[in-house]
Amino acid sequence: MEGVLPINQVVSEVEQQEYIINMGPQHPSTHGVLRFLLSLKGEVVQYVQPHCGYIHRGIEKMTEKITYPQIIHLTDRLDYLSAHMNNEAVSLCVENALQIEVPERVKYIRTIMAELSRLASHQLWWAAFGMDLGALTTFFYGLRDREYILDIFEQTTGSRLTQSYNCPGGLMNDIHPDFQKKVKEFIKNFRKVLPEYNQLLTGNVIFHERTKGIGLLSKEDAISFGVTGPSGRGSGFSCDLRKSHPYSAYDKVDFKEILYTEGDTFARYQVRMDEMLESMNIIEQLIDNIPEGDYALKMKAIIKLPEGEYYQRVESARGEFGVHIISDGNKNPYRVKFRSPNFSNLSAIDSMARGFKIADLVAISGSLDLVIPDLDK
Amino acid sequence: MPFDIYDLSTFTHWIDTSLRAGMSPFWAVFTEFVLVGVVFLAFYAVVGLFLVYAERRICAFMQCRLGPNRVGPGGIFQTIADLIKLLFKELIYIKNADKILFNIAPFIVIIASFLALAAIPFGKGLQAMDFNIGIFYVVAVSSIGVIGILLAGWSSNSKYSLIGALRSGAQIISYELSVGLSLIVIVILAGTMQLSEIVEMQRDGWFIFTGHLPAVIAFIIFMIASTAEINRGPFDLAEAESELTAGFHTEYSGIKFAFFFLAEYMNMFIVASIAATVFWGGWMPLHIGSWEGFNHAMDFIPPFIWYLGKTAVIIYLIMLFKWTFPRLRIDQLLTLEWKYLLPVNLFNVLLMAFIVLKGWHF
Amino acid sequence: MNNEELKQKISAIESDLVFEDKQYLTITVEPEKFKGLALKLRNDKDLSFDYMFNITGVDYGDLLGVCYFITSTQFSHIIELKVKAKSRENAEIETVCDIWKTAEFQEREIYDLLGIKFINHPDLRRIFLEEDWVGYPLRKDYVDEVNIVER
Repeated sequence: MEGVLPINQVVSEVEQQEYIINMGPQHPSTHGVLRFLLSLKGEVVQYVQPHCGYIHRGIEKMTEKITYPQIIHLTDRLDYLSAHMNNEAVSLCVENALQIEVPERVKYIRTIMAELSRLASHQLWWAAFGMDLGALTTFFYGLRDREYILDIFEQTTGSRLTQSYNCPGGLMNDIHPDFQKKVKEFIKNFRKVLPEYNQLLTGNVIFHERTKGIGLLSKEDAISFGVTGPSGRGSGFSCDLRKSHPYSAYDKVDFKEILYTEGDTFARYQVRMDEMLESMNIIEQLIDNIPEGDYALKMKAIIKLPEGEYYQRVESARGEFGVHIISDGNKNPYRVKFRSPNFSNLSAIDSMARGFKIADLVAISGSLDLVIPDLDK
Repeated sequence: MPFDIYDLSTFTHWIDTSLRAGMSPFWAVFTEFVLVGVVFLAFYAVVGLFLVYAERRICAFMQCRLGPNRVGPGGIFQTIADLIKLLFKELIYIKNADKILFNIAPFIVIIASFLALAAIPFGKGLQAMDFNIGIFYVVAVSSIGVIGILLAGWSSNSKYSLIGALRSGAQIISYELSVGLSLIVIVILAGTMQLSEIVEMQRDGWFIFTGHLPAVIAFIIFMIASTAEINRGPFDLAEAESELTAGFHTEYSGIKFAFFFLAEYMNMFIVASIAATVFWGGWMPLHIGSWEGFNHAMDFIPPFIWYLGKTAVIIYLIMLFKWTFPRLRIDQLLTLEWKYLLPVNLFNVLLMAFIVLKGWHF
Repeated sequence: MNNEELKQKISAIESDLVFEDKQYLTITVEPEKFKGLALKLRNDKDLSFDYMFNITGVDYGDLLGVCYFITSTQFSHIIELKVKAKSRENAEIETVCDIWKTAEFQEREIYDLLGIKFINHPDLRRIFLEEDWVGYPLRKDYVDEVNIVER
């Protein structure tokens, strides 16, 4: 028959064809509007092409039209799970540019708040990661405990997610009188609950099978791709800025930098589980010693930075968050660049997922803990 | 025997003879078919609704939640409300889908589970069809469902559905072996495939007790394999929602989705029924050797309650699996079957045959 | 190494560099020499700038430029490399994504928002905006009457 290909040609053409799948933008395991373009051979991933920008809001452009204290309300919306750290970065950057020193009390409260956010973020990550692997019960355990932290946030800052609590020169308002009591209660409770997490997921044989040796990222690659935070530390990349470039009150506390060298999904999981313990240690060291004093410096109504470039790095829950402010001396910045940890972490996903199965890709992207608004800016 | 007070075979025989007295044999059988069909449809719907409700409450219990608690007392009408919602939902027409196969698929799945229900003994004399190859029939019929799943995935014109369907195909065909072999272990012990007789033989002790170690192994393997067979967690790869959104039924909506949903729960019920019948004595009360008084007391609990109780316990076990374990990956799933369950099973069959030959069982 | 030592070491590697002591040691380099310098900074045993933690594309008004923040995980010294493209209309800078892989995505972002073309970049497409987007939003002369409200 005319127009019908001989069978061997058909077979070879089918073999050449790529089986392309769009994972996202609406997909349960991309945790937001991220799209992975996958090429599959059976179940095996040939390559991954991340497509982002579905919630690109142009935050960097927006900052050029607003004043410095207003920027913190936008950084809340970047990585909404580590809003405190993002705000802290902007505040520190402005304070450094103005060469002012905030009171000790502010530093302590900032550190405690940042660690609480980190805990809340890791709890949510643990919840969602279990769900990615099909262990649906983890989700509710994680969210149950996160609720305590959100209540503490709400009491002090008035908001549960986008707190906007740190501002240039200090804090928006003083901590609630019950703050210390509640934080101590939470830590006492969470120390009891954390072993439950391990019982439910960490020791499970299926979980080990699903995560060990999956999504390998060597230390060299982690450094080259700029994979930071718990994901980088799971590969042995010592990138904890709290340790290497201490800011706020991190130089006053004693804590370990969690490092695992395996570089697989399980190592990244372990880093986060151990970091939760370390965060609690940090908070416990600080919570009883918050010095008396002002919660904020008196700042001018309009902050003008001297002309020049300023950069500030902080450790957010997902890695290194950076703020690069270029000022021309006006009340608006000339250019602000946010170095979002997720964007760099995402860039490594192709090299991590190649050759693994589609179910592993879900585990890998879950272990990177991507937050899409941060990545899209 | 004392438990014959609950023997319903005289009742069913009475219906049969009175029908045959009134009309020709053809119409008598036809009327019986219709009667049984109506009873089964009602039973099917009630059990389905109850299982969905039970699953929600159990998973809520596992997850520190309350579960449905608004519609009706304790939320018992929640599933009915959901069913009504599903009935009224639009059936979305999928572009370029294979229309016939797409529409047939849910019915194949649900018919397969319906067929299997026919052979299950709910009580003495309460069995629609007492085949002499009952176990064989149940295993054969329940595997028809995979055709429906394959068709659903294939005809949806969706890549996710296709992957889900292929996974499901590989999975069900593999685990069919383990289900069959673990049942064969009991068939060797019982010496019959007739389900009613298998139950009768457990009068003095359930097979899981009398069959020594091989029966216990067979029971464990049956539980694992049948959980995989009905596509439930941790083996729910065909509909792994974190990977394939909803797997083979991604594109289905409304009542057709409800069919898949219902069939999943009914399959769970059937599997639990078979496990209860074959390993735990079905409707047979718990009898312990020479404890006459105890045995007599047990006999006063109606067989239907025994049967439902055992089934409920097994269903509860299966639900606990789903809400506890992470999902396996497809290659691990097949490895588990072909490298572990199947060899263990084959060895188990040999062991049981040896025990039966030597007469070491009770 | 402190900034002074870094300055000596780097000026020995490459000539015609402009050094500024700011928050970090800032080195302005011509676009032609940039790639070679980057490679040397990465491979030099005493410097080993192996981790690039940020790239910022800047519209300087007359020219477009890129700031690279690089550090060494071994010695943890930080420098900022500044490159200004030759022309605004056809801004071109050589890619460094073969030296620091993180640059691949970051350069795509800069191309997307500022319109700087990175020569030899393996996959230079827009990353956030649609393929048919007109203009480069982060440029100072970008106009969008619908989405940008001037006050």
